[in-house]
Amino acid sequence: MTAVAVPGAGGAPDPAADAAAESRAPAVTAKDVRRELRRQLFRSKTFLGGMIIILFWAFCAAFPAVIATDDPSRQDPASKWVRPFTDGFLFGADRSGRDVFSRMVYGAREIMIIAPAAVVLGTLIGITLGLLMGYFGGPLDDVISRIIEALMSLPVILVALLALSALDASRLTIILLIGFLFGPIIGRTVRAAVLTERNLDYVRAAELRGERSTYIMFVEILPNVVGPIIVEFTVRLGYAVFTMAGLAFIGFGTQPGSPDWGRTIFEERSSLLSDVWWPSLVPALALASLVVAINMVADAIQGLVDR
Amino acid sequence: MARYVLRRVGLALITLFILSVVVFVVASVLPGSVGRAILGPFADQQSVDQLNKDLGQDGSLISRYLRWAGNALTGDFGDSFKYRRPVMDFVPTALWASVKLALMTIVIVVPLGILGGVVAALRQGKAADRFLTIAGLSLAVTPEFVVGIVLILVFAVNLGWLPAGGSAKGSLWEQFQVLLLPSLTLTAILFGYLSRMARAGTIEALNADYTRTATLKGLKRRTVLRRHVLRNSLLPTIAVIASQMAYLLGGLLVTETLFNYRGLGLLIFEAAGDRDIPMLMGAVFIVGALAMLMTLLADVLIAWLNPRVRLGSKA
Repeated sequence: MTAVAVPGAGGAPDPAADAAAESRAPAVTAKDVRRELRRQLFRSKTFLGGMIIILFWAFCAAFPAVIATDDPSRQDPASKWVRPFTDGFLFGADRSGRDVFSRMVYGAREIMIIAPAAVVLGTLIGITLGLLMGYFGGPLDDVISRIIEALMSLPVILVALLALSALDASRLTIILLIGFLFGPIIGRTVRAAVLTERNLDYVRAAELRGERSTYIMFVEILPNVVGPIIVEFTVRLGYAVFTMAGLAFIGFGTQPGSPDWGRTIFEERSSLLSDVWWPSLVPALALASLVVAINMVADAIQGLVDR
Repeated sequence: MARYVLRRVGLALITLFILSVVVFVVASVLPGSVGRAILGPFADQQSVDQLNKDLGQDGSLISRYLRWAGNALTGDFGDSFKYRRPVMDFVPTALWASVKLALMTIVIVVPLGILGGVVAALRQGKAADRFLTIAGLSLAVTPEFVVGIVLILVFAVNLGWLPAGGSAKGSLWEQFQVLLLPSLTLTAILFGYLSRMARAGTIEALNADYTRTATLKGLKRRTVLRRHVLRNSLLPTIAVIASQMAYLLGGLLVTETLFNYRGLGLLIFEAAGDRDIPMLMGAVFIVGALAMLMTLLADVLIAWLNPRVRLGSKA
């Protein structure tokens, strides 16, 4: 992928001279490869487009007051269901006269905290599980595989619903829950990647040197399976947003009246039938733009890693 | 083949056991006692204990699990807290409604997904392919209720062609109208997976040696596609579809809630809201068991279609 210019002595490349030159010329380091990958990534329109949208929502989540034009919870019965682009309401007002635009901006916060935190947790669990299963194999791998299969045969949202109706549905609970549910799924991907590395010479060499297995797993193998892990991370991030929004929609994880998108859509959906579309469609489109953006980024990264 | 099926069924039974433990443990971490939750803070301890006993909520975790699982094996999931009637009075009706919705979705999404995938594969790398891939992926991750809301807005509110929700009752035509929007919502989610599978299968078959041979021996492109490419790419795709049914069952939860459609998903949603634990456990366990059955059928189907799977899996 990374072309290293080798000064050749003439026209046709001579393999022997090339090999000799390569041993003298600075070798391609992992850093060069990373820089080149990054360069290609930033040339991809899909990646850039997705990144811009994600960063916009991240900014909204971090500094909502900068963008929002109003307090998201200020009610005003006089402006109930004001249409978009009227009376200073950019995207109109909802049933309590709250500004739909400002609620959209503030609504990014919950999801932009929960989804990434849950996926980071899930990825850490997944890396550990995957390395253990892939490296050791045997009965350990079998037992964990069965448990993962059982978990995966259940739709994530059902398990989450079951757990959340028993536990108190705070922000932390949801992060832990989605993290622990995604961990094994990510673990399967990591395991598959580790299996292809497991029998390569560098692992053998490390074993013969007498390195401890934790060292081999985390220092030798892990850096070589980073690609699939990054892809899995971005893909799962999309699913986490999906799951978290679904849970918010069925009433878990957010307080009534919170500007969270899923919650707002659930609360405002009945006004659709009175042809008042903006209070539910605006957060719906915001949510859609976020998941689509995450997937554009995931798609771009996958395209690079797969090559 | 028989050996493979037996082995796979054995694994499924183990998985079913793990599933029952997961459902039970998760539902059992309820803070406080169930009896207390029902009777409220002012009831005396004696009646709380009595109610707990009546509901089978006394004793150790393991003895409670054994009682629950034993009864579940005979099809008895206990009485709903809310309705004070057996859970199994409610589940079959709801299940049937969900099956109708699922079948309708399959009828729409399978031909559409395959068509999309094959078209994308034949135009590989071109605009049509990029569009189908990105649109499919985006729809697949857009929450069901977002797609559903757009559909309701367009077809129920603005055009007034279809009802915005309700249950499938009455004549076949009325049921069809009620089912159409929710099943289109689910179609939007599943389309991406199916077309991606069909695309990958078709590309593999297009690049295979037998396709090159068929082309080189002078067959017409149409004949090559029909006899050599599609025949080899579609069977595995159909098997993959069966494995997506587990997801479909989960998607019902949100979709049925949005469209107020009385199926298993809405039953679970309401049971969760009411903290009706026996109903919740029973319904979730049945959905999980069904999802597992689908996965099992899909695996057996794939193995039957592809000897490499059933012979190579001994390792």
